Amino acid sequence: MGEEVKLIGARGSPFNCRVEIALKLKGVEYEFIEEDLANKSPLLLKYNPVHKKIPVLLHNGKPIAESLVILEYVDQTWEGASILPQHPYERAMARFWAKFIDDKCMSALWNACWSKGKEQEKAIEEANELLKLLENELKDKKFFGGDNIGLVDIVADFIAYWVGAIQEVTGAEVLTKEKFPKLFEWAREFINCSIVKEKLPPRDHLTGFFRIKLEAPDTLKYNPQVR
Amino acid sequence: MEEVKLIGTWPSPFSYRVIWALKLKGVKYEYVEEDLSNKSEMLLKYNPVHKKIPVLVHGGRAIAESTVILEYIEETWPNNPLLPIDPFEKARARFWIKFAEDKGSTFGTVNRTVGEEQVKATKEAKEVLRLIEEHALGGKNKFFCGNKIGLTDLVFGWLTDWLQVFEEVNGVKLLDHNSFPKIQAWIENFKEDAVIKENRPNCDEMLLYFKQKREKFIASATQ
Repeated sequence: MGEEVKLIGARGSPFNCRVEIALKLKGVEYEFIEEDLANKSPLLLKYNPVHKKIPVLLHNGKPIAESLVILEYVDQTWEGASILPQHPYERAMARFWAKFIDDKCMSALWNACWSKGKEQEKAIEEANELLKLLENELKDKKFFGGDNIGLVDIVADFIAYWVGAIQEVTGAEVLTKEKFPKLFEWAREFINCSIVKEKLPPRDHLTGFFRIKLEAPDTLKYNPQVR
Repeated sequence: MEEVKLIGTWPSPFSYRVIWALKLKGVKYEYVEEDLSNKSEMLLKYNPVHKKIPVLVHGGRAIAESTVILEYIEETWPNNPLLPIDPFEKARARFWIKFAEDKGSTFGTVNRTVGEEQVKATKEAKEVLRLIEEHALGGKNKFFCGNKIGLTDLVFGWLTDWLQVFEEVNGVKLLDHNSFPKIQAWIENFKEDAVIKENRPNCDEMLLYFKQKREKFIASATQ
């Protein structure tokens, strides 16, 4: 057919995972190129000179960077299950919550999981406020997208899967069944979706990676080499 | 025709983005000025999550976050498209919209710091400008995504009057003419647009407003 799709990414990254889930949802065949973030390739620097971060989607040689931008692009370009809703107002709500997760939740949850002592108490309080808003937004839906996963679910992959892995390693109690029963259930449903399951990095890879981080506290500041 | 209301504050560039988009689309709306030091019931009702402006209320339903509002306006009123039709160009437009969102705070930091911290923030702000100059603008395009004004231009609106005011208030020069010819050219093109021309903030008032804010900040920072 002549269509070439490549994804420059890193399998441990939730931002990368978002794009892989989206491509899978649309049934798009692609070549995955694993990037070594400690030693960035000329390819990455060429295709994302502004941020030098992954993921970067290459469609017929043209690069698209920033996971949220890529998700919108994938939704528009390929047929198949919708990532965003149809109606402009519903689309606005999906974008609002996706932005909320990206701008507020990612760093807050990361800090809540990794900090210690008084700092952690404060960080957990902040995370609680944010998770409460998400729990309320979920209401009685199976997914943020309704009966099927959508933009917000995909963008929240870090919350559904990565947070649990970090909690296992640090012992932090940020997202628990007791505190957020709906969100907890949502997370379980999300990671058990066949499409999602296939694209999540193995749990022991993540915990292994996080155990190493525990030994190197200088690397703990929230500064993702991924977007 | 469903009622459109915009809750904003003068002189927020975030507010102006939405005003410009509505004007470019020819959408009639009611503007409501919010006092952020004494937030109204209406704001708290329509944006309970962030309690910030701007908020667009259309047919009683509220949309918050300026870039989300811009996309909503684009999709609800498809006349005079403000995003490219081509999916790749649209993605490029959105990339730079996100860049403007993520990096805009660097300039706010210049305004909210003193001494060494301000020097550092100024350096970071200049780096942001360099990236825009080198990667976002160029070729034959008058604007970010073509020869017509679009959402990306609106989101970079703070590079015009606001940046000028910031520079004067803080005594810093960020956008010197020699280093950023493309940005300078874009600013001229942007200000010349018929709709923008008619909807620019009063610079003298803005200068006074931000000067007072800065003085208050310095007073509290040096206590």
